[in-house]
Amino acid sequence: MRGAMFVQAYGDAARGLIGLAVFAAVLELLPRIGVVSHVYFPPISAIVVALVHEAGRAAFWVSLFLTLRSWAVGLAIAVIAGTGVGLFIGSFETLRRLTASTIELLRPIPSVALIPLVVLLYGSTIRSTLVLVVYASVWQVLIQVLYGVQDVDPVARQTAVSFRFGRWGQLRHVVWPTTLPYLMTGIRLAAAVALILTITSELIIGAPGLGKQIALAQSGGAVATMYAYVLVTGLIGVAVNLVARVLERRVMHWHPSVRPSMHRARTP
Amino acid sequence: MIEDRNAATAQGRPTLLDVDAVKMVYSSAHRTVEALGGVRFTVGDGEFVCIVGPSGAGKTTLLKCISGLLRPTGGTVRLEGTEVKAPPQAMALVFQDYARSLFPWMTVEANVELPLKQAGMARRQRRDLISSALADVGLTDVGSAYPWQLSGGMQQRVAIARAIAYRPRILVMDEPFAAVDAQTRADLEDLVRDLWHKLGVTVLFVTHDIDEAIYLGERVLALSASPTVVMDDIAIDLPDARDQIGTRSLSRFGELRKELYGQIQRARHTSG
Repeated sequence: MRGAMFVQAYGDAARGLIGLAVFAAVLELLPRIGVVSHVYFPPISAIVVALVHEAGRAAFWVSLFLTLRSWAVGLAIAVIAGTGVGLFIGSFETLRRLTASTIELLRPIPSVALIPLVVLLYGSTIRSTLVLVVYASVWQVLIQVLYGVQDVDPVARQTAVSFRFGRWGQLRHVVWPTTLPYLMTGIRLAAAVALILTITSELIIGAPGLGKQIALAQSGGAVATMYAYVLVTGLIGVAVNLVARVLERRVMHWHPSVRPSMHRARTP
Repeated sequence: MIEDRNAATAQGRPTLLDVDAVKMVYSSAHRTVEALGGVRFTVGDGEFVCIVGPSGAGKTTLLKCISGLLRPTGGTVRLEGTEVKAPPQAMALVFQDYARSLFPWMTVEANVELPLKQAGMARRQRRDLISSALADVGLTDVGSAYPWQLSGGMQQRVAIARAIAYRPRILVMDEPFAAVDAQTRADLEDLVRDLWHKLGVTVLFVTHDIDEAIYLGERVLALSASPTVVMDDIAIDLPDARDQIGTRSLSRFGELRKELYGQIQRARHTSG
């Protein structure tokens, strides 16, 4: 059973790598045989060369650091605020009903629509980036936490009340563990959105970071370098998602969706 | 009915739990539903009392009122002479749905420990209570497992261990064995009888199973259909030492069974 799963996972990974290799080969081939212009669409080997070259420059590492910092700080603020507000609103039924319409109204506003506002307020600084990142990602966390608080099992809650758990005890030992799987989903979604908004902000507002490097390379006609930076942002996205999934499985080891199925798992 | 009450508590035990004319009326804009119509009984200190009733007899509502999870709309519940307004310290509950009542994110030990921790008990004392409670229910080596790694019967044992570690004076059990298979159920019934003997705890045991009520209890209360009242209060005059084969084949067991069965049937048919 375990062996079969391992072979399957191994096979999947192998197939995935083969797929990537084929894709890279196509990207290499298309400009070389002239299907697409190699001026705007350099072969993948040229992009890799540009990337290696950039990696030798301090500016690359500084940009990478700044982007990751904006992303991490923005995400952290969003997670803390979304979790705190979500737990608070979710704990009071009336408050939840009162705020639901407001949340539904504010949530769909695309964060990028706030760009003119933050430029006016903060100019091309990390603060602008942070506002956009936090606004975009806080909803992912808040909504998930609100779902999680709603999902507390009435029997679990009655058990806690019957053993005289106080409000804090119920929050800490019943509401929080129930909400955690939802929160992890929220963090995973928020992490991806935060990365998008970080790059967007750097690209459009010119806040320092990888996004700004993309814009600089483009305006300087360094097309391969531009693609190299695009590639780096993509790799960060993959890494973020991988880390989020590992974290999720670790935190939720007890959850029916993660734990080994010894007895029939209940859906959450 | 009043005479029944006296007869029932006449075993020389002081009253521990006094359920006095407890009413529960749910009212909404469209209609009012009277779930409990003045339930009245007492449980003596150290007694083993079973409550049977047809399904829909408001057994769970009654238990919620008794345990302070729900405030009745009329009447009072007193435990050790004090009115129950919130879950009392001297009471521990065992729910039917063990899988939902145990916290899946905690190990067996942590589940048993948490109520003690919440009560502010010192670590050392908690350790002692956990190990003796787990030993009492026959689970000495699964402390570090998670509840969902155990069979249903073992999970309910964990819930019972959690309840007795809390050292209640009264153990209230809401159809605790309705979800386990017959053999496990027999084992758990004997476990509860043993614990009652060993710990001297008072037990209030709710079930829909007449045989189970007679096999376990010293007294059986039969509930009517809703609006629920106590219809009958029968002393179970079977020998104290009970075993699954011997006790259940006694002729007296059959008579009690017949009597209660008739009561429950009448309860079903006389109600609206």
